[in-house]
Amino acid sequence: MKYSYFPGCSLERGAAAYPYHQSAHVIAQKLDLEFVEVEDWNCCGATEYIALNRMAAYALIARNLAQATKNDGLKEMVAPCSACYLNLSKADKYLAEDAALAANVNTALAEGGLSYKPGSIKVRHLLDVIVNDVGYDRVTFHVTKPLKGLRVAPYYGCLVGRPAFYGQVDDPEYPVTLDKLLKTLGAEVVDYPMKAHCCGGHMTQISEGVAFELIRRLVKGAADYQADLIVTVCPMCQLNLDAFQGGMNRYFKTNYRVPVLYFTQMMGLAFGYDAVDLGIGAELVDARAALARIGVEVPQVEPPAPPRQTRRSKEALPMPAMPHEVSK
Amino acid sequence: MPTTAADGRTFFDEVIAATPGDPHLDRCLQCGTCGGSCPSGPDMDHTPRALIGMIRAGMRDQALRSNTPWFCVSCYYCMVRCPQDIHVTDIMYTLKRMSVKSKLYDDSTAPDFSKTFINWVENYGRAFELGLMSQHLLRHNPFGVFKIANMGVGMVTKGRISFTPKRIKGIDGLQAILAKAKELEAQYEV
Ligand code: SF4
Ligand code: SF4
Repeated sequence: MKYSYFPGCSLERGAAAYPYHQSAHVIAQKLDLEFVEVEDWNCCGATEYIALNRMAAYALIARNLAQATKNDGLKEMVAPCSACYLNLSKADKYLAEDAALAANVNTALAEGGLSYKPGSIKVRHLLDVIVNDVGYDRVTFHVTKPLKGLRVAPYYGCLVGRPAFYGQVDDPEYPVTLDKLLKTLGAEVVDYPMKAHCCGGHMTQISEGVAFELIRRLVKGAADYQADLIVTVCPMCQLNLDAFQGGMNRYFKTNYRVPVLYFTQMMGLAFGYDAVDLGIGAELVDARAALARIGVEVPQVEPPAPPRQTRRSKEALPMPAMPHEVSK
Repeated sequence: MPTTAADGRTFFDEVIAATPGDPHLDRCLQCGTCGGSCPSGPDMDHTPRALIGMIRAGMRDQALRSNTPWFCVSCYYCMVRCPQDIHVTDIMYTLKRMSVKSKLYDDSTAPDFSKTFINWVENYGRAFELGLMSQHLLRHNPFGVFKIANMGVGMVTKGRISFTPKRIKGIDGLQAILAKAKELEAQYEV
């Protein structure tokens, strides 16, 4: 099975969710999925471009859809990031519904020598492709090291299930596909009533109090049900729950330590791959103790050599140095 | 007092014209399901239901001054639960755009975050996490830079922060597309 692949900015090498990209490719190979990256794709605009300019936001997204039509004639495009998936599928849906929007967007695309006919590309979330195209049976077939004894909280977040611009692939209120997938891998799936609640998106940058409360509820929810770890399907959810868990703990004077891994990493472990090949070890909330319960060893990640401070080019925006950069 | 847009259109029509697709705004029953579903409700000046009521009542200034759209986390609970299929989340984005243009919302933290973000996208074609977060925090919460330093060092150690933004090959084409799109959007603006 062959698909166009849209990684999105956070899955690039060196970006926060690169481990998601790594593990997705490892399991894809095992499952005979071929992912062909969309040529010279651009940012989907996240939740920011649409907050400032409608037409530019839709044109930005549509450039990706137009690029995808030039990708080996592939009609389906997989996005592992829930926010990219939402933006791409939403744009395709509204372009099909709103003729004026489609005409304007195509006038803009023409300036870059591109065009897009709504409905030409179907956007799919990676979770959807795994559970519906590959199917639980074929996943089961490849499980060689079942995740027996590991208690996991399946966390879907918002956008994989809501609002489902192409029609429902899972329940918007109480989704179950990830639960079933994790059970297929042999894990013990805990009841997780918060499973489809919001991680706060960009709120950590806007209002600490609001963001940390949303994160607290999700982490506490998993801890209350004695989950060893939270399993996510989205880089933004992973970043909020993992990288900001420490800040949330300091804010509320709590001491939660629930590691957060991607579902593709769990699949890779169950398929018998080594943790390092799946990008495990890059989380900020250490997953080693949890994974030791199922006999998985995670070697310490080597810090990458820090880049040498070079003179900033004129067009680069001013940036503060990270603490360890400020050596001599 | 209802306030109308400068060109004489009602606020209601102005919101519809600026929203992609058909938001079905005329069908609202004021049932409150949206507000009851909203994780940000307690932090908002007006519930989503109240805000929709204000749009229909033509309360332009009050609606565009409200912090409600800026506290929307885009979870889409309201949209899937609304019995009338009203595109509440899309309306939140429309109000964000209108409030930036009208300069009525006076806390610039959230609008500036969006501007910083799109600045990277317009210049490189891709987002850049380190530049985005640090630039934004320096402007709005310099103390926050120190507070997140722990996290930042962790991300660096784990190789999860890139130091150099990437530029797409077709940046010139993308910039031409975006410039044209903005020109086209302007015809819908007041
Ligand atoms: S849920 Fe829908 S109908 Fe009910 S108040 Fe909200 S927008 Fe109106
Ligand atoms: S999408 Fe926004 S307004 Fe709607 S429930 Fe979620 S946070 Fe509230």
